[in-house]
Amino acid sequence: MHIGDFKETYSSDQAVFINATSRFWLGVLFAVLFLFPFVAGDYLLFMANLAGITIIGAVGLNILTGFTGLISLGHAAFIGVGGYTAAILSTRFDLPFLLCLPLSGLMAAFFGIIVGGPSLRLKGLYLCIATLAAQLILEFVFVHWESLTGGIRGMNISPPQIFGYVLDNDFKFYFVTLVMVILCVTFARNLFRTRVGRAFIAIRDRDISAELMGINLLQYKTYAFALSSFMAGISGCLWVNFLKTVTPEHFPLMESVRYLAMVIVGGMGSILGSILGAIFMTIVPELISTFLGFLVNIFPTAMSFLFPLQQVIFGLLIVIFLVFEPHGLAEIWRRIKNYFHLWPFEH
Amino acid sequence: MKILSIENISLSFGGLNVLSDVSFDVNKGEIFAIIGPNGAGKTSILNIISGFYGPEKGKVFFNGKDLSHIHADKRAALGMGRTFQNIALYHGMSVLDNIKLGAHTHLKTGLMSGLWYWGKAHKEEMELRKKIEKDIIDFLEIESIRKQPVSSLAYGLQKRVELARALAMRPKVLLMDEPVAGMNAEETEDMARFILDIKEEYNITIVLIEHDMKMIMDISDRVLVLNFGRALTHGTPKEVQKHPEVIAAYLGQKKAETMEKG
Ligand SMILES: Nc1ncnc2c1ncn2[C@@H]1O[C@H](COP(=O)(O)OP(=O)(O)OP(=O)(O)O)[C@@H](O)[C@H]1O
Ligand SMILES: [Mg+2]
Repeated sequence: MHIGDFKETYSSDQAVFINATSRFWLGVLFAVLFLFPFVAGDYLLFMANLAGITIIGAVGLNILTGFTGLISLGHAAFIGVGGYTAAILSTRFDLPFLLCLPLSGLMAAFFGIIVGGPSLRLKGLYLCIATLAAQLILEFVFVHWESLTGGIRGMNISPPQIFGYVLDNDFKFYFVTLVMVILCVTFARNLFRTRVGRAFIAIRDRDISAELMGINLLQYKTYAFALSSFMAGISGCLWVNFLKTVTPEHFPLMESVRYLAMVIVGGMGSILGSILGAIFMTIVPELISTFLGFLVNIFPTAMSFLFPLQQVIFGLLIVIFLVFEPHGLAEIWRRIKNYFHLWPFEH
Repeated sequence: MKILSIENISLSFGGLNVLSDVSFDVNKGEIFAIIGPNGAGKTSILNIISGFYGPEKGKVFFNGKDLSHIHADKRAALGMGRTFQNIALYHGMSVLDNIKLGAHTHLKTGLMSGLWYWGKAHKEEMELRKKIEKDIIDFLEIESIRKQPVSSLAYGLQKRVELARALAMRPKVLLMDEPVAGMNAEETEDMARFILDIKEEYNITIVLIEHDMKMIMDISDRVLVLNFGRALTHGTPKEVQKHPEVIAAYLGQKKAETMEKG
């Protein structure tokens, strides 16, 4: 029998970042992420913040849809709940940013449970419709409960502060976003090394056998809804504090669809996929419009023709990706990684 | 001593009587086989015992406890393990994670400690891993595949992983639905050996559905014969084999088959 120092071996065997190679690259990544704002211009900083905030929302949706198999068309509304909570708490109650952040998450989680609760007996398309209803109702509330939300015009908030330090530009805000992204991603990865995460996946893959294995479906689906909308709420709070304004226009149904597309393009059931998908969906439209802007400079007469092309190209790109790699960007990344295997520590 | 009692179970689906007034007891520590032609209602009985189907009439007792109001997931916690006729593994997970999932009810990590992971959750995971390696992976000889995704495995191995997952549930009673269906002779022999070992080394009571008569006669202590949702007879393999109605039911089927073939 090969019983020896089990603990040691399995511990390293199961570590998130297994070997020296991954640890090295992770270090490089952190260094780059930390140094990035010192060299990046205003525009890049703005985009980086946007991408980070989107990543948090996408990780949340992936937990629900990609890992637990519950499709939601209401994710943007939950982000909205977080955003409005943050705006209301900071303007009306003068609560500090660091308190608004978890409270926005909790409020969104609360709404997630309320919406999720009755829908948990529903599956597939029916659940989809139920979350769609939630999206539309919440949108309606954002617009029409004017005394609370400021209606169509929304609300403006002053720049957030952390212990008196004012985060009044994108450079400063970047570090808040970065820390929150790292926290969300780490916690999500942690979860999928434990029984809770396994239960989510089991429910997605075969809910009947999951139940016979002792998983309380209602409880774990509620967990998935709560956690997913908690992250949505965090994302919403950051979003509002970053833009210093909130209006209903930020959280339309189309935004929910965009998040679903992100998770699918990035990779369902993959944390890395959520990150890549969010970056893709944030950056690529910008690249396309830059490219088209460049063309317009050369062919000024083609402007009216080129402008609408933006959406078409973006849509086409998504379709092409899905046709060639249905498992998403995460799978492409995995293949690249395997190709370069252990570099720079290969033996 | 009986560990499982099925009392006067009836079940129907939209006018079709699937089970009519079926009763039997399973003794602690035995291998109890349920046989019968296709559609006899064997799987339906396991589904009632697991709590996936609710019977129209009748009751299931487990260690003397009436299970009527105990939900399927709670029955797993009471000590009911299960494998499925159509393999029901989780294809998005590795072999190891599938097995770990079986231990779900024995673990404590909640949502919060799971998100945090370091400390309690980590310790629990490591202990679980150690236990699974020792008690299950070594025992079922699946060391070499434990990291693989289950979807990449051959059919026979998938069946074995399903058994591993059921063992991780640490059941008192293990319900197995056709564990060797679709296996070749060698795999069947291995599986029969594992089932006997599980009974003897782990003291797990086994309720087994199988069509493989040779295996049934070799390993089971008692056999229940179902036909069209009714219990035809039960007894030791020898007794059952000689029972005229069983011969009629089985030979009838065989005769019909040979006649069809001409
Ligand atoms: N959920 C269900 N809905 C409708 N009919 C069902 C359901 N489950 C089982 N049946 C019917 O009940 C009968 C018995 O099915 P069951 O699966 O229990 O048979 P079985 O003895 O396991 O057969 P096999 O040897 O083919 O696995 C069949 O006629 C089947 O069609
Ligand atoms: Mg069956």
